[in-house]
Amino acid sequence: MKKLINDPESVVAESLAGLGAAHPDLLRVFEDPRYVLRADAPRPGKVALVSGGGSGHEPMHTGFVGLGMLDAACPGEVFTSPTPDQVLAATKAANGGAGVVHIVKNYTGDVMNFEMAADLVAEDGISVNQILIDDDVAVEDSLYTAGRRGVGATVLVEKLCGAAAEAGAPLAEVVSLGKRVNEASASMGVALSSCTVPAAAKPTFELADDEMELGIGIHGEPGRERVSLRPAREVVDMLVQPVLDDLALGRGDSVIVFVNGMGATPLSELYLVFNDLRARLGTEGIAISRCLVGPYMTALEMAGCSITLLRSDDQLVSLWDAPVRTAGLRWGA
Amino acid sequence: MSDTFDLQSAYRWIEGFAEAVGAHKEELTDLDAAIGDGDHGTNMDRGMRAVMAKLGANSSADLGDLFKTVGMTLVSTVGGASGPLFGTFFLALGKAWPNKETLSADELLSGYSQAVAAVIARGRAERGDKTMVDALLAAQDAWEMALGGTSGDSETLSVVAAAAAEGAEQTVPLVARKGRASYLGKRSAGHKDPGAATVALMMAAAADARTGE
Repeated sequence: MKKLINDPESVVAESLAGLGAAHPDLLRVFEDPRYVLRADAPRPGKVALVSGGGSGHEPMHTGFVGLGMLDAACPGEVFTSPTPDQVLAATKAANGGAGVVHIVKNYTGDVMNFEMAADLVAEDGISVNQILIDDDVAVEDSLYTAGRRGVGATVLVEKLCGAAAEAGAPLAEVVSLGKRVNEASASMGVALSSCTVPAAAKPTFELADDEMELGIGIHGEPGRERVSLRPAREVVDMLVQPVLDDLALGRGDSVIVFVNGMGATPLSELYLVFNDLRARLGTEGIAISRCLVGPYMTALEMAGCSITLLRSDDQLVSLWDAPVRTAGLRWGA
Repeated sequence: MSDTFDLQSAYRWIEGFAEAVGAHKEELTDLDAAIGDGDHGTNMDRGMRAVMAKLGANSSADLGDLFKTVGMTLVSTVGGASGPLFGTFFLALGKAWPNKETLSADELLSGYSQAVAAVIARGRAERGDKTMVDALLAAQDAWEMALGGTSGDSETLSVVAAAAAEGAEQTVPLVARKGRASYLGKRSAGHKDPGAATVALMMAAAADARTGE
């Protein structure tokens, strides 16, 4: 294992301390229990957005705490769900009296820990609603049976619901928007190399130099199939076809496109992928209303990318353009 | 030996469970390594040691208080799915017995049944899914049968504990339909579910606590 760390046990704590020191204007980092809170939270009268999950996917979720996105994020250990006491503390701290939304990716541990926290919060009289993200089209044919995994749509839901909440939308509206965005999104990823969890000290899986794992999860879980490496244009076709099929997208539709880097793939390759994707969508007669290209939901130092498409409309585009100011995403503010 | 279950029996139960988890840590982790991610014994041991530290630092006012402390501590220290599931079990016991210092045999079973129902609601597992629920329900069945005959029999919990162990054994041939082992499909058959094995240890500790061993 070759990493810039001091001790595998304290990677998350030390990294969060750095995040807090780098962005004191945006967020505050708490320990025992561990969560990241927007600097000006709680915002009275605003619906609060709280997300969380295992660490190792930065900037998701801690880097999305700030104006126009999350009010709080609960980072677990690397690739391990946070515990309910973290979520409980973050929910109470973020609550501005207008209700709290939990944005949860569909993994067994995440779901259970957030549900327990919601039960505990309810005892305190805070209204909590959950948006469950399950946009990964790879899993239905893979080894996994706990349902689709939550991947790229998480970033889109956090941005769009964050904008709606910032504009004063009530709890029920933010929740139905989040569910609508999740249902109108689909994603598929590919890995060219493995990642190494610091505590494990060895790669999660092995890939030969001429192989890639199609349908990879963001923790290095197996995908649909292992195939030989090929030109980016063909890889893009393999990724986007199941996404187009799942959303039944066709001529005249428009989409928000998210080309995500898994950690080690350079931005130049991600733009190259976007270029091929743009061409493919052009031949399908699908318009791109907005795009996001970069490493926003990573899997440590895995090489690879994922493609997320969201069927868009005027409301979603307007929410997309709304100001956002976080460590990981920033425009218009 | 009285027929009531009191704060002292509860403390002995949790202490005995913590000792059993510590003693069987490697075995539980090996069971998990075969069909999961190989950290069940380590995680439960860390959680139960935290529970004993918490109980040692503050004396509990009543059974509701004691089991709430046990549940919350497990939830915040074990992690993964076992933390919420075992945490839910003890939190539900705490909820079933608010301000109680002693329990009749009927109250004990009724609280246990509520806790099992809470675990099922949390994990959405059914009988036969190859999870801790199989051992919990086997124990509940035996308990209901035993109480139907001789209410208050101090031997009851030994019968219940034996049934939990048998329920855990019966997970061996099953194909997992819930939890991480379900990812393995048919390859999960032939291994005992680690969560069910931990339930067997937990119920054996309950029987020992009741007889004052």
